[in-house]
Amino acid sequence: MDWIAFIDHLPALPEAILLIGACAVMIFDLYVKDERRRATLVFAQVLLLACGLATLFVLWGSGGARLLIFNGLFVADAMGHLLKLVCYISVSAALLYSRQYLLERGLLQGEFITLLLFSLLGMMVMISAASFLTLFLGLELMSLCLYALVALNRDSALSTEAAMKYFVLGALSSGLLLYGMSMIYGATGTLNIYEVAQHAGRLAATPTDRTFLVFGLVFLVAGLAFKIGVVPFHMWIPDVYHGATTPVTLIVGSAPKLAAFAMAMRLLVNGMLDLAQDWQQMLALMALLSMAIGNITAIAQSNLKRMLAYSTIAHMGFMLLGMLSGVVEGNRLNAPEAYSSALFYMIVYVAMSVGAFGVLIYLSRARFECENLEDVRGLNRVHPWTAFLMLILMFSLAGIPPTAGFYAKLAVLSAAVNAGQIWLAVAAVVLSLIGAFYYLRVVKLMYFDEPKERFPVAARRGFRFALSANGLALLFFGILPQPLMAMCFAAIQAL
Amino acid sequence: MLLSLAIWIPILAGLAVFAVGRNEGGAGPAAARWVALVGAVLGFLVTIPLYTGFDVQDPGFQFAIRTIWIERFNIHYHLGVDGISVLFVLLNSFITILVVLAGWSVIDSRVGQYYGAFLVMSGLLNGVFSALDAVLFYVFFEGTLIPMFIIIGVWGGPNRVYAAVKFFLYTLLGSLLMLVAMLYLYNKSGGSFSILDWHKLPLALGAQIALFFGFLFAFAVKVPMWPVHTWLPDAHTEAPTGGSVVLAAILLKLGAYGFVRFTLPILPDASKDLAWLMIALSLVAIAYIGLVTLVQTDMKRLIAYSSVSHMGFVTLGFFIFNGYGVEGGLVQMISHGFVSAALFLCVGVLYDRMHTRMIGDYGGVVNTMPKFAAFTMLFAMANSGLPATSGFVGEFLVIMGAMKVNFWLAFVAATTLVLGAAYTLWMYKRVIFGAVANKEVGSLKDLNSREFAVLAALAAAVLFMGVYPLPFTEVMHASVDGLLKHVASPKH
Repeated sequence: MDWIAFIDHLPALPEAILLIGACAVMIFDLYVKDERRRATLVFAQVLLLACGLATLFVLWGSGGARLLIFNGLFVADAMGHLLKLVCYISVSAALLYSRQYLLERGLLQGEFITLLLFSLLGMMVMISAASFLTLFLGLELMSLCLYALVALNRDSALSTEAAMKYFVLGALSSGLLLYGMSMIYGATGTLNIYEVAQHAGRLAATPTDRTFLVFGLVFLVAGLAFKIGVVPFHMWIPDVYHGATTPVTLIVGSAPKLAAFAMAMRLLVNGMLDLAQDWQQMLALMALLSMAIGNITAIAQSNLKRMLAYSTIAHMGFMLLGMLSGVVEGNRLNAPEAYSSALFYMIVYVAMSVGAFGVLIYLSRARFECENLEDVRGLNRVHPWTAFLMLILMFSLAGIPPTAGFYAKLAVLSAAVNAGQIWLAVAAVVLSLIGAFYYLRVVKLMYFDEPKERFPVAARRGFRFALSANGLALLFFGILPQPLMAMCFAAIQAL
Repeated sequence: MLLSLAIWIPILAGLAVFAVGRNEGGAGPAAARWVALVGAVLGFLVTIPLYTGFDVQDPGFQFAIRTIWIERFNIHYHLGVDGISVLFVLLNSFITILVVLAGWSVIDSRVGQYYGAFLVMSGLLNGVFSALDAVLFYVFFEGTLIPMFIIIGVWGGPNRVYAAVKFFLYTLLGSLLMLVAMLYLYNKSGGSFSILDWHKLPLALGAQIALFFGFLFAFAVKVPMWPVHTWLPDAHTEAPTGGSVVLAAILLKLGAYGFVRFTLPILPDASKDLAWLMIALSLVAIAYIGLVTLVQTDMKRLIAYSSVSHMGFVTLGFFIFNGYGVEGGLVQMISHGFVSAALFLCVGVLYDRMHTRMIGDYGGVVNTMPKFAAFTMLFAMANSGLPATSGFVGEFLVIMGAMKVNFWLAFVAATTLVLGAAYTLWMYKRVIFGAVANKEVGSLKDLNSREFAVLAALAAAVLFMGVYPLPFTEVMHASVDGLLKHVASPKH
């Protein structure tokens, strides 16, 4: 390979490092004894750090400009870099949080780490996809690894059932997505998203072609809705969240959401912005239904993981509110604000989700799963600091200031109001009030009730430290949200 | 700078209290109490220059500070007080000291968390009264929910969980609708969250009316106005004494303050158009809730209902648009801060000894607690609006303002003088006078020096304000005049 070509391909450096590194981890782990598995974990963390540095290097080298490589199959832009960085952090946190939990259950195998790294690679490819082909490749790589991860605890009937459901529904949604892509390929004659955008603008003018495009678009949106997890394509979420072991739930509920968000941005905003009128209507319906069903159903849950699953559905619905406010009657002035608010919402949501599942892992111990509402009863009596972190997380999920969750809601609502969607904003507000009830219930159990038993927690200092940092970060971004907001805005503007 | 100190000293002290109070079994509780007291006193001391250095001629905002906070949304850290808000900052900081003292020997579980929550809340409340940026206001306004929720839920009475959740959800619904209204104004004003910019923003009448209801719900719940007052008796009854005091003295003022800071100046035309609605709701609160108060058997519930009735006076005063009304409303807010705080403290004194709030369990307390009976007498008089107490000034001004508008309005409002006297003095008679009701009452101990000091401070304030209200009203004049002039000129 000559040097010029190498430099041309440099924007894919993080992916290259991760691919080589993940293979190396896989081989390395074969030679590591079970009791020294920690070495593999350290290796994986170093690898993530290297990817992070590589991403920063690419960002610095390109100045955030959009670079298309591999004949327009792969795009490196500011939004991609930002999402990738958040993915590294959340995967790194997942590794840190789950070590002891998996160790105590004999699940800390090399497979866990390798599958996680490969799924991360899939996410990165999705995030950087500039073509339907790359997008689908990344999506399948990510999904296959996640299916296997959900089934990690193979002796548990619940886990295997969840994995099966996840696989069947995931395959169905991939099929829908693929069908939609093929329709659009048929209409535009190209797989490249940016070229699709050019053709779509032209085709949308003629009614026949427009119908054809919209037909494909419906399938695209359905596939996306599956991956993001919004009503009416949400059925898998509660079962998978509930069935998977808590660390895997944490993984499924965090970084893949960012990848799905990137996919939505690439397909809908980069590719089909000229049809915004059509997909915004679909998103509006899904957003409303998700917020309603997610929030109302969550109230009835007694299992915390299920409750958080329904809360995810509601949150994704709220995020869609930002995505659908970009174009107002063909006017795109509101677009950067709207999409950056959705991006900000996603990042904050992932931080909250990682933290909330992190607390559940933290409170679990050998032969005891902390997953029911009852299990956090009286937590303030026993572990005031953990209870306080959970308090921050719950209020942040409910969107109460001064937490980051409030600004996420503020940004999205502001975008919706600017787009003239005042009734949608009012509905969102009323539904999030209903949502506040079940978050409050967790706080109530932790603070107002007496503990049933003294539950000892012997977590390692690193875990405790990371969890504290996670919770306090939400408080920090609740007091000074500007840096992250500015980053999101810049990332979307460069789109 | 002073305002920043008034906000952040209590909050930082609160965090320090959390930290030192962690050792539950050992020295934690004692350390927490002392750190809390020092924090509260320091917090009060820094607010004194706000009053002494206040220019009473200036209707604008003083001690202002403005720096950019969140550039992305053009949100500023913008603080300032005018004649309307400065007194509330002082009142809040003063009440905080009393709350710390009131819980001194009574709260014995999770002392650090109790005091920490109170101090943090005190700082946040100062923030609400001095914020001039809508998002900053909202953050403080909502932020107070978290500590209050915890205070009611952890240290409250038997039915505390229900009360805490009801309190939280009620107020949250109101404020979320306000948030949408604020975002609409942000959009209309071309991207500004400054309350002062919004004061000048021209708005069509239709939009004003929609926004009016957006804000109305948030503030009406906090005031609380009839018919969204039902959370208050529950929250009050179940909250610990300190919680009730802060709730009645300060938190209830947030709603009324919101009306003068947001609704009246930003939506003057809608306010005038819908004044009939506000006046009607206020009169219902005054007369109907007055009657409801009469039949209460629980002392805290009785005072809670009487608060609703008294706050009806405040909203009535604001929506008759003359100087007497607005100033009377403001005076009434401050007076109610003192009087209701004092009455809840009195009930707390009894409750600490007897662990019951039922009027029926008492009788003849004067025989065993004469000093206590004397103080309670004064506060009961003030609550029923007797001349020479602070309660009289506000009610008199509001009735006078109402008289200028309509005789019958003043007539209905004045029923409170009868009803107020009836329910307060009847309660007083049943609890304090008569034969000693039972053995427990017979063995009651009179006020200790800590309780005496707290009640004496409030008694002095109530009497001073009743006899010589000028220091309070002269601060308000310029700002209230400015407000009324602003409201008088239509915006669309």
